[in-house]
Amino acid sequence: MSNTSTKFIQSSLGKKLLMGLTGLFLISFLIVHCLLNSFIFLNDGGILFNEGAQFMANNPIIRIMEIVLFFGLIAHALQALVLTLQNNKARPVKYTVKDGKANSKWYSRSMGILGSLLLLFLVVHLSHFWIDTKAAQFDGTIAEHNTYLEMIEVFHNPINVAVYLLGILALAYHLLHGFPSAFQTMGWNHPKYNGLIKKTGTLFSIIVPLIFAAMPVAIFLGWIK
Amino acid sequence: MSKLDSKIPEGALEQKWENYKSSVALVNPANKRSLEVIVVGSGLAGSSAASSLAEMGYKVKVFCFQDSPRRAHSIAAQGGINAAKNYQNDGDSTYRLFYDTIKGGDYRSREANVYRLASVSSNIIDQCVASGVPLAREYGGMLSNRSFGGTQVQRTFYAAGQTGQQLLLGAYSGLLRQVGLGNVEMCARHEMLDVVNIDGKCRGIIARDLITGKLERHFGHAVLLCSGGYGNVFYLSTNAMGSNVTAAWKAHKRGAFFGNPCFTQIHPTCIPVSGEHQSKLTLMSESLRNDGRIWVPKKHGDTRKANEITEEERDYYLERRYPAFGNLVPRDVASRAAKERCDAGFGVGASKMAVYLDFKAAIARYGHTQAVKLGVHNPSADELKEFGKQVVEEKYGNLFAMYEQITGENPYELPMRIYPAVHYTMGGLWVDYNLMTTVPGLYALGEANFSDHGANRLGASALMQGLADGYFVIPYTIGAYLSKEISVKAISTDHEAFVAAEKNAQEIIDKLFAIKGTKSVDYFHKRLGKIMWDKCGMARSEKGLKEAIAEIRALRDEFWKDVRVPGTANDFNPELEKAGRVADFIELGELMCIDALNRTESCGGHFREESQTEEGEALRKDDEFAYVAAWENNGNHTYELHKEELKFEAIKIAQRSYK
Amino acid sequence: MSGHMNLTLKIWRQKSDKEKGKLVTYPVQNISPDMSFLEMFDVLNEQLITKGDEPIAFDHDCREGICGMCSMYINGRPHGPKRGVTTCQLHMRSFKDGDTIVVEPWRAAAFPVIKDLTVDRSAFDRVIAKGGFISVNTGNAQDANNIPIPKTDADAAFEAAACIGCGACVATCKNSSAMLFVSAKVSQLALLPQGRVEATARVKNMVAQMDEEGFGNCSNTGACEVECPKGISLENIALMNREFFVANIK
Repeated sequence: MSNTSTKFIQSSLGKKLLMGLTGLFLISFLIVHCLLNSFIFLNDGGILFNEGAQFMANNPIIRIMEIVLFFGLIAHALQALVLTLQNNKARPVKYTVKDGKANSKWYSRSMGILGSLLLLFLVVHLSHFWIDTKAAQFDGTIAEHNTYLEMIEVFHNPINVAVYLLGILALAYHLLHGFPSAFQTMGWNHPKYNGLIKKTGTLFSIIVPLIFAAMPVAIFLGWIK
Repeated sequence: MSKLDSKIPEGALEQKWENYKSSVALVNPANKRSLEVIVVGSGLAGSSAASSLAEMGYKVKVFCFQDSPRRAHSIAAQGGINAAKNYQNDGDSTYRLFYDTIKGGDYRSREANVYRLASVSSNIIDQCVASGVPLAREYGGMLSNRSFGGTQVQRTFYAAGQTGQQLLLGAYSGLLRQVGLGNVEMCARHEMLDVVNIDGKCRGIIARDLITGKLERHFGHAVLLCSGGYGNVFYLSTNAMGSNVTAAWKAHKRGAFFGNPCFTQIHPTCIPVSGEHQSKLTLMSESLRNDGRIWVPKKHGDTRKANEITEEERDYYLERRYPAFGNLVPRDVASRAAKERCDAGFGVGASKMAVYLDFKAAIARYGHTQAVKLGVHNPSADELKEFGKQVVEEKYGNLFAMYEQITGENPYELPMRIYPAVHYTMGGLWVDYNLMTTVPGLYALGEANFSDHGANRLGASALMQGLADGYFVIPYTIGAYLSKEISVKAISTDHEAFVAAEKNAQEIIDKLFAIKGTKSVDYFHKRLGKIMWDKCGMARSEKGLKEAIAEIRALRDEFWKDVRVPGTANDFNPELEKAGRVADFIELGELMCIDALNRTESCGGHFREESQTEEGEALRKDDEFAYVAAWENNGNHTYELHKEELKFEAIKIAQRSYK
Repeated sequence: MSGHMNLTLKIWRQKSDKEKGKLVTYPVQNISPDMSFLEMFDVLNEQLITKGDEPIAFDHDCREGICGMCSMYINGRPHGPKRGVTTCQLHMRSFKDGDTIVVEPWRAAAFPVIKDLTVDRSAFDRVIAKGGFISVNTGNAQDANNIPIPKTDADAAFEAAACIGCGACVATCKNSSAMLFVSAKVSQLALLPQGRVEATARVKNMVAQMDEEGFGNCSNTGACEVECPKGISLENIALMNREFFVANIK
């Protein structure tokens, strides 16, 4: 049995399944993240938003999920690295002329680059918000920690806003391919539902990043105080 | 005479094969393991034979010149495969399929073989379906049939326009299964260059590894040639570019008689030649003649566009000459009629070597029925045309698309231009009832043998014959020979006969390189093709054939003095491969002309201008020519004729008429 | 003659797998728009032979789009600019006078170059040999109509079976993945009742062999489906994924 499952995980299709599953898991996290952050649009001086942040920081299930999420992200990224290396090896001599746009979308062909950008963005993002929060958790000051104020401060800096917008753009394109791709990998391809999956994917890839993008923009422009 | 023994079993026609199967000697499983069989060619016949024999326990080696056994040209057959299943309850039977095949072949095939073919036809369909061939089905889940080739029953099984592909891939998958199990050794990109006979029996082959150029010796207790037909002797044909006669011809030079070499099938509906650059011809399925009307202008040398020629000015010559069958006359008749019109100066298109195949009437007819079906009252002319086009597209869409792709013309608006092209060769190595050639241990299967099709093959019968030979005939008949070989140990390939054969093959290669002439191989091939097409094509005459023989001999001399083969022998060298094949085609071409000259009757695809009725129809001479012409190669381009008389006991011979 | 073209060809020349290759420029004149792409190569080769040069080696056989042997990567696309055709069915009217055309072989580690534009695709055969069949011996078959097959299933199986094994999917895939090829066979046989019997072993064994041959992984860009001359659908890949997961859970 263990031999079979090792074989499964090591097979090309097994690795792909892992990509798809972790991808879908990360997507589900995005939904939660997006919903909670949307509290800032209430423009209530961050009361509800901070309550949400506190809840997330204190709830044990969330804390466990945070670890799972972290491993999911690592698995997604590492697996992508392994697959990319393998894929490069599968074509040792490159084409002189390759007309990729004739048969596929640029973002479908650029998931590695988009993903790497996202990873870089994530480092910036975590250094802005997560590390402080973690520190607060450990030194017991979490109750006084005001993530909302932190956000207002970060997004008053135009460079930060630009970095975030770029990061979110990368996310949008990453999702535009990743969302339907995950379904295909899971084997959920049926002419009857393909249109639905594709449309949902496209809407998701536009709406979620738009909501995220609205946050730094709104703060920068002073709509949210 | 005495040299030919067809070994037809005794008994009533219906009982021959059954009796044979029950009484043929068997080889026990332990002995099969030490018996080796070589199969040359991986088409329907080769793949099905190889997998069946390997399943039985023989050690099998398969050779093909392509990069994979899946490429064999059986794959290109479009229409379908006949079987006397009588699923349509329209009165079909083994006897009817047998009768149609004998009659279609213009009474020049062997009754016992054809009856066996008809009786195993049903098993073929069963076998293919079991091995995953997705044949077309009805909504109830049952297999679908269509009518084909002018028969009165619906017995043709099909998979859209890709029946050959699906059947071949089915046989190929069976072959690859045996490769995976280690029972078959597959040698792709290998070309057979000679057979090796030891003490009067075939014991192996010499093959060239086409990538390294190395000559290899392979031993087999028996050798099966499943190497297809030789239509490429005409240079332009519907065959694949690599299809060749080399394996069969080398066998012929080593003692296997060549049967009816002049019997060639010219298919009436092919896309015409567009220029000097033409490398091959593409078939448009015969099914198009169910709906298309064939015509030429009535006016001699008319250069107007098709749409400018009015109804009254069109000559629907098939409907005029053959009112009973019209556009659905057999292939040989339709082809000759097209040639007659073009030769008389009524041809169309830039080359004037084409006739129109027009779907205008069909589009109009279908337009009306479709309007009724859709409940559209008083449809406009444009609507009618649109409805009609929809129906035609559903039936023939892929063919129309292919036509447009190749010619750049839209066949929904303009009539198709078509012209006959070489398609299939009924002739081939002479074999007895066991499919064994005149060399013991050397067999020929499928199109490579002189086969069951007589002087003309019916549509959807080639696939049937290839699979019948491979799946259901050879597994039995090879036992008759191999059961006597069980004590023969594998012969070392260091045996002098192997050494000599390899040396011979090497010398031919060296000779080709040594010429260092000025003309490419294609140059000679094209010239050979033109001689054959003009003088040994759709119409043959004594004068033309004699000229052709002289011209071919001169061409042969020129080839061996002036051909240029670039590159080296120990390398992947397609030009060298072609050179060897063309050298053999030139020799075969001469024999074809000799055979055609000998047969002073007209039958099936063989039309001798001297032998026709007053109306210009083919005239068969049964009292003189009811025989298979089997030619023995006596070396030095001399051939000796042996006759196998054809006896018709179950069928009464009659002159064909399609008036 | 009217409409005839002069073109510049840049063609990959490579002696063998062991040696490095490079693009070599060849001008060709007076090319008829009615020629097929391969007939244009015939003309060029004829010129090269007459000049005493070695002709360009390329695979081709049936020249009617069904054998799957022809395999040229033309201006960055397998089988050239037209959809739904193989190289042999591509005609010169798809190009215009003065065009430069770059022709390369299929490039993949699993398809080593033999010479010039000829590559070794025997990896496909080895994948099929691991399970691309139904284990039925000759003579075992029952009557063909004993198992009714719904027309939709039969048609779907047929569409998957239309694959000609040319390898354009691998050639165009940015990862050199063979998923479309392998899945077409897995699907065809999985859709038929006759093929279900050994579906589990089939998909496992074929995927294992596919991986061993060194093909890349599928990242669902969909390029293969677009470039497939026979229109094999991505649905087959999804179906294979499904079959594979189920087979591994069992």
